[in-house]
Amino acid sequence: MTGASLALARRALLVTLRRPQFLAPLLIFPTLLLAVNTGGLSQATALPGFPTIDGQPPVFFDFQLAAAMSQSLLLGGVGTGIAVALELEMGFFERLVAAPIPRVSIVFGRLLAAAVIACLQLTWFVLLGVIFGAGIYDGIPGLLIVYGIGALAGIGFAGIGVTLALRAGNASTVQGFFPLVFVILFLSSAFFPEALLSSPADVIAHYNPLSYVANGMRAPIIGYGGTKAVLEGFAAAFGLAVLFAATATHALRGRLRAG
Amino acid sequence: MLAIQANGLQRAFKGGIKAVGGIDLSIEQGEIYGFLGPNGAGKTTTVRMLVTLLLPTGGSATVAGHDVAKEAGAVRRRIGVALQEAALDSLMTGNELMLLQATLQGMKTDAAKKRCSELIERVGLTDAGDRRVGGYSGGMKRRLDLAMALVHSPSVLFLDEPTTGLDPTSRFTLWQEVSRLREEGTTVFLTTQYLEEADQLADRVGIIADGKIVAEGTPEALKRESGANHIEVILLEGSDPTAATAALSSLGEPMEASGKHDVSIRLREPGIGVADAVRVLDDAGLEVAEIELVKPSLDDVFMEKTGHRLEGSGDGES
Repeated sequence: MTGASLALARRALLVTLRRPQFLAPLLIFPTLLLAVNTGGLSQATALPGFPTIDGQPPVFFDFQLAAAMSQSLLLGGVGTGIAVALELEMGFFERLVAAPIPRVSIVFGRLLAAAVIACLQLTWFVLLGVIFGAGIYDGIPGLLIVYGIGALAGIGFAGIGVTLALRAGNASTVQGFFPLVFVILFLSSAFFPEALLSSPADVIAHYNPLSYVANGMRAPIIGYGGTKAVLEGFAAAFGLAVLFAATATHALRGRLRAG
Repeated sequence: MLAIQANGLQRAFKGGIKAVGGIDLSIEQGEIYGFLGPNGAGKTTTVRMLVTLLLPTGGSATVAGHDVAKEAGAVRRRIGVALQEAALDSLMTGNELMLLQATLQGMKTDAAKKRCSELIERVGLTDAGDRRVGGYSGGMKRRLDLAMALVHSPSVLFLDEPTTGLDPTSRFTLWQEVSRLREEGTTVFLTTQYLEEADQLADRVGIIADGKIVAEGTPEALKRESGANHIEVILLEGSDPTAATAALSSLGEPMEASGKHDVSIRLREPGIGVADAVRVLDDAGLEVAEIELVKPSLDDVFMEKTGHRLEGSGDGES
């Protein structure tokens, strides 16, 4: 299975990089929102309930970097779903199914590619951070934490996309889920701390795994939340990866059964 | 050992729609089997079951000695598949796709590269190998699809309507490749809508209609079975068609004249030819503008077995 998964991951990566119209929105939309939020809402750090480090609020841009990363990773999941749906539509999926490989490697190859693409997306925002003066509080080990949580979350979100694609079988349905990205994002603590959200958004955010993913990636950047936030981030990202890899595999089996 | 064997193979879809209603197949190793039928007859569903993309809902089938339902992995290792409308990723190059296919077939990198290079050359795509498939013509895509299906030297090759939509030159090139496979001993299961294609390439033909095989045999045997040769005549102006029909009835049975023809006669014996007909008409003092000996075609066989002509048969019939 490993060889086939790697070959399919390599191919998925190659095709994604050759499709700039798919890749660009994953970076441009979150970058624009990062710029808008940072430019217009930076006074939010003065609100009571905003986290402080040694009595000082963090730089709002630094705080928002993890939100932009989370948004980008979620959009990556939609992109993966659309790519799989297009393969179904053009018949390439059948070529893979007819090959003598474990069929689950079709899903695993995609998810593996999603992890690599997630790292590329994270690199974009790390570079933006460096250019605009964000400091990674925990240095290189902190960056590794960001990449670790981000790659696992990327797999999880890609798993959602693959599940939807295999269930729906067409790209337009998968694309229809795009607005949900923003609902999930705004009902989490990615953009603002849970303490600043009013009810019921704060309750939803408390149970939204994206909150823990964002807080986990944010912790080593701004130096807030400590080991607890990192571990919760890893747990949430790992849970998403396992859960949605399983649903994608289940959806694949369903599609193969239906023929 | 038979290359393909099916016993009462069936596939029903939701709502009880029976796409394939119990077919039997016995195809020898090295044989080219033409599977002929109109759209919706059950050709593609049959192929999808034989290549393990679809589970049968009844009956059984073996391909290369392995059960398609119970030993799907073993079947997939031994077959090559080129499905309808070459499903190729337009963002990849021909060489990349070939190498991917070889890797998925479990070939080692060095052997895969060598084999891919041979096949790309064989299908005449050496110059286009590094170009993205999105820029290929329909014929080039089909040739690449065929090369990909052959990358692991399969013992059984499934070609599902490989020439549909291709121009005559591309179609001819593909036919040459399929003929070459026959010489190499590969079994080819070829579905087609084109009667001429089946006639030219297939050792045996199976005609499927409404999910059932309605005729099977060599093209020659099926045509013989379908009926005798007939003579079509166009008389010069002033010659009496009734007198011509009466004169020619000594050679066979008059038929309803078709199209521009004045007289049509179904010949009694295969040995009777145009010369005999001309002599008879000459003896009767009738002058002929055109005379033609028409042999039964697969289209006639199809018409006889299914009650209608094959869609698009005009494209393929000469």
